[in-house]
Amino acid sequence: MAYTIDSYDPEEGKQLQILDKDGNLSKDFIPSLTDEDVLKIYKVMVLARMTDKKCIALQRQGRMVTYIPQSGQEAAAVASVYALNKDDWLIPSFREMGGLILRGAHLADILIYLSGNEEGMKNTHLINTTPTSIPIGSQIPHATGITWAMKLQKKQTVGMVFFGDGSTSEGDFHEGLNFAGVFKTPTIFFCMNNQWAISVPREKQTAAKTIAQKAVAYGFKGVQVDGNDIFAVHLAVKEAADRARKGEGPTLIEAYTYRQGPHTTADDPKKYRPEEQVIPWLEKDPIKRVRAYLEKKGLWNQQKEDDLAKECDATIEENVKVMEQTQYKDEDIFLYHYKDLTNDLKEQMEEYKMNKGL
Amino acid sequence: MMAVLTMVQALNQALDQAMEKDKSVVCYGEDVGLDGGVFRVTDGLIKKHPEQVFDSPLAECGIVGTAIGMGIMGMKPVVEIQFFGFIYPAMNQLISHAARIRNRTRGSMHCPIVVRTPAHGGVKALEHHSESTEAMFVHIPGLKVVMPSTPYDAKGLMLSAIEDEDPIIFLEPTKVYRSLKEEVPEGYYTVPIGKANIIQEGNDLTIVTWGAYVKDVMDTIRDIKDVSIELIDLRTLSPMDAETVINSVKKTGRLLIVQEACRTCSISSELMARTIEKAYLNLKAPPMRLAGYDIIMPLPAGEKYYLVNDKMIKHNIKKIMEY
Repeated sequence: MAYTIDSYDPEEGKQLQILDKDGNLSKDFIPSLTDEDVLKIYKVMVLARMTDKKCIALQRQGRMVTYIPQSGQEAAAVASVYALNKDDWLIPSFREMGGLILRGAHLADILIYLSGNEEGMKNTHLINTTPTSIPIGSQIPHATGITWAMKLQKKQTVGMVFFGDGSTSEGDFHEGLNFAGVFKTPTIFFCMNNQWAISVPREKQTAAKTIAQKAVAYGFKGVQVDGNDIFAVHLAVKEAADRARKGEGPTLIEAYTYRQGPHTTADDPKKYRPEEQVIPWLEKDPIKRVRAYLEKKGLWNQQKEDDLAKECDATIEENVKVMEQTQYKDEDIFLYHYKDLTNDLKEQMEEYKMNKGL
Repeated sequence: MMAVLTMVQALNQALDQAMEKDKSVVCYGEDVGLDGGVFRVTDGLIKKHPEQVFDSPLAECGIVGTAIGMGIMGMKPVVEIQFFGFIYPAMNQLISHAARIRNRTRGSMHCPIVVRTPAHGGVKALEHHSESTEAMFVHIPGLKVVMPSTPYDAKGLMLSAIEDEDPIIFLEPTKVYRSLKEEVPEGYYTVPIGKANIIQEGNDLTIVTWGAYVKDVMDTIRDIKDVSIELIDLRTLSPMDAETVINSVKKTGRLLIVQEACRTCSISSELMARTIEKAYLNLKAPPMRLAGYDIIMPLPAGEKYYLVNDKMIKHNIKKIMEY
């Protein structure tokens, strides 16, 4: 059976799943990913997971500022981006490191930003991608504007925006999706429903059965996918992108996943969520699932896993070194507020230099 | 031959010429299409530029938020917020994103948007339709704030704003939208952003004002013959041309600021602070201001109790001269 978004009624609460938690592929679908694709995605997911662990350690050691853990959401972050073309746009939130790596971000840049240095957000290697956006959901209207511009510029590209379940309570979510529906923009609204907005569970964000069903009110399609299943995520995004390219407008995708760790390194989830809730989600872990699939197909084994871990480790260490050697360019704090330095800022920059010399 | 235009007509001409010159300029907002905007600033533009003018859903945050996205994509959105008092739902977009994208990416991205909005009072409008909260935006690093006082400046500043690569809040004083007419060149021209305009030179007293109050002050001082007044129209509120003001005060030794906004932490506060910092020894009297009281703008029946009038201007000129 070929998958189509039209066959999914979000109001029925159906969820698209192709790869089950044990790594078995459903026979009902023609997989949109080749073995080579899966290997590529898997390697990025592992690198993202290992970087995540490293960042938490660095934060604990005082070598990095507050960090936003990503574990558990790698399938949604990576397989979705894999379905985009290079010239499409990505409008990220802040928990999609794997997607950024896949899109060409240098790990060093990501780490430099995470260490509290804007220099990392220059992202000179990362094309058509907006910077990390911290205020919840406020990047959603940007995605609508970016894709509206594509439509006006008669481009064949699409844009995908990441946001969380908490974001769907914000006015920006409503306004962004509403504009997209009205102007039929080529936008993919990708909701990372990781079940928790810091300490507030998904059912306290909305009384709606699913987030996907909210698309109905905006006049376009919505679908809920198993967010820990790279095949489902990829297929849903690919179809949404194809539809958008054909002028059929936006799609809302709800990736049903789980935030395995805390919101940031500054909170302790034991305070607000039962630990037994986490266990079944660890069984549904997205990386474990892809590995099981690859092993069943004879494409992966312990040796390869060990080699990959070693390779990732070396990459991470090398990039952490770059991060730690990167000096903060202090005068840059003045230079990028306006295209040209204003007279006031010129004067204040001189004052800064004088203060520095005290 | 120059046509005599109102500010509304001059702005309409600016938008028309900008869209003609550059296809990436788009105008949208509530009612800007078929209705031509509630003040008719965009009247007829949707017919001339059907692919560049749109009516948008009624959502200020959505209007500004999508404009940011368009700006990132290299377009030049000139969006309208129907009244300045309705801009607050878009504050997060303006402060957290429009003002910050260039700095956040250390210059690799920027969003050159123009947010037009009718502002200030004096037209007996409903609640929220007469706001003068420009200081809130002037306070935000990364934003520029412009407010013309004449049709000529309105057109030239609008064309500069559209050419500018930084996000701009463009305040249009409703009181002089139609009440003031002057000759406006038909062709494309710009008036620089960041430069105050010395309307009248003088040696005894510097008066600084902006927006509709420029005309009120001009009308009031016309028959004052015994004081040589230098009148400055600030025109751009951010970046503020404090240099022009300070140089003037160094010459006159006296500063009177006339502003519609309430006074605490306002533009007059800033100008007074800078004058004291930089022209202290030149002062013959303390800097003075004739500003709104720190109250909410009254409804139309009470508006006159809030606004500055000619008697108040004359009284304060006398007061500062006699100090």
